[in-house]
Amino acid sequence: MYDSGKIITGLVIFLAIFTYPLWSNMGKAAPVPKPELPPKSVATQCVADTNYMRTSHMTLLNVWRDDVVRMGDRVYVSANGKAYNMSLTNTCLECHSDKVKFCDQCHNYLAVAPFCWDCHQVPKPKEKE
Amino acid sequence: MGVDRRKFLKLAGVSAALGLGGATGFQLLRPGALDAAERMPTPYQMIFPKEQGNTDVMPNPKRLKGRRWGMVIDMRKLTPAKARAAIEACDYYHNVPQIPGKQNIKWIWTAPYINVFPETENPWADPEIKNAQFIVMCNHCNNPPCVRVCPTKATFQREDGIVMMDMHRCIGCRFCMAGCPYGSRSFNFRDPRPFIKKEYLDYPTRSKGVVEKCTFCAERLAVGKLPYCAEVSGGAMVFGDVDDAGSELRQLLRKRYSIRRKPNLGTDPQVFYLV
Repeated sequence: MYDSGKIITGLVIFLAIFTYPLWSNMGKAAPVPKPELPPKSVATQCVADTNYMRTSHMTLLNVWRDDVVRMGDRVYVSANGKAYNMSLTNTCLECHSDKVKFCDQCHNYLAVAPFCWDCHQVPKPKEKE
Repeated sequence: MGVDRRKFLKLAGVSAALGLGGATGFQLLRPGALDAAERMPTPYQMIFPKEQGNTDVMPNPKRLKGRRWGMVIDMRKLTPAKARAAIEACDYYHNVPQIPGKQNIKWIWTAPYINVFPETENPWADPEIKNAQFIVMCNHCNNPPCVRVCPTKATFQREDGIVMMDMHRCIGCRFCMAGCPYGSRSFNFRDPRPFIKKEYLDYPTRSKGVVEKCTFCAERLAVGKLPYCAEVSGGAMVFGDVDDAGSELRQLLRKRYSIRRKPNLGTDPQVFYLV
């Protein structure tokens, strides 16, 4: 093989650079997100059970959005009979008042950037007395 | 290779038979057999597994009910101060940005007679009317051209006649702005947030790349309140049901002579001006 020295050196350098993200992050697993639930004094339950909300809150929000904007239905009655005003800022974020400690935890971990906040307002976190 | 008459007819026959066996055949012989619409679960059944229990959605029981919303603007009562109050209330509560120049966003604003009613040009008209500043906004037309041209159905007409925007669906093509003969729609050429003096936190802002306009305060009607402009204008702007012959709005229209903007275009605007 001609120029084997150069080729092999080149290959080693290429492999080193190519696999850099793998070995540089070895053993440094990102911490599992811990979204902070509102205190029990604010709310003890959500509009649906935790498992459902964890996996499918985005579907629920999409259906809510269509119901409110297009159908004009703004009241949601959950499975246990409690009525809610269907509003992201005024209902969801009323309890989950700190977006950074709740929404952003998992969204950042999974590198998803929902564009809800381009328009919908984020209330300022309530100061603890 | 040519196809002779016999081969062609055979081929045509086989194709027709195959076509009948497919979806078209079903539609022809048993209409509706393939329609899934009736068996389709509602969105909530779809998103909630059975064990989640029964959930329901409904409109707010306190909402204002109307068959066809409209507005009357009484130019004798509308003073510049009242007009300003209406505009300021609308701008503040809907987070309408104030952008200097051609990119400004307008929901409700004032314009001189000659621009509002261009076909009624008359050099000797009552100077009080001619020099007045008319308050203008979306006319919530019965036959809205903006809705017809929207390629994504982001703008649509509700059953109560309100021409609504679904910002989530708007792709910013601006066909609606070309379609609207009243200039009632504005495009967000840039992120509006830096141009909002004081944000009203209970109402969303808009993002760059969507078109927005007056919604007849749909969010207020839904909780049983009148639009902001009608509330603060001290009776100069009357909101009501055009379809209800007993409404205050219809009484005003019976008693006084009213004009509408560019009625010859056939859009059937639902904002009436008493002059």
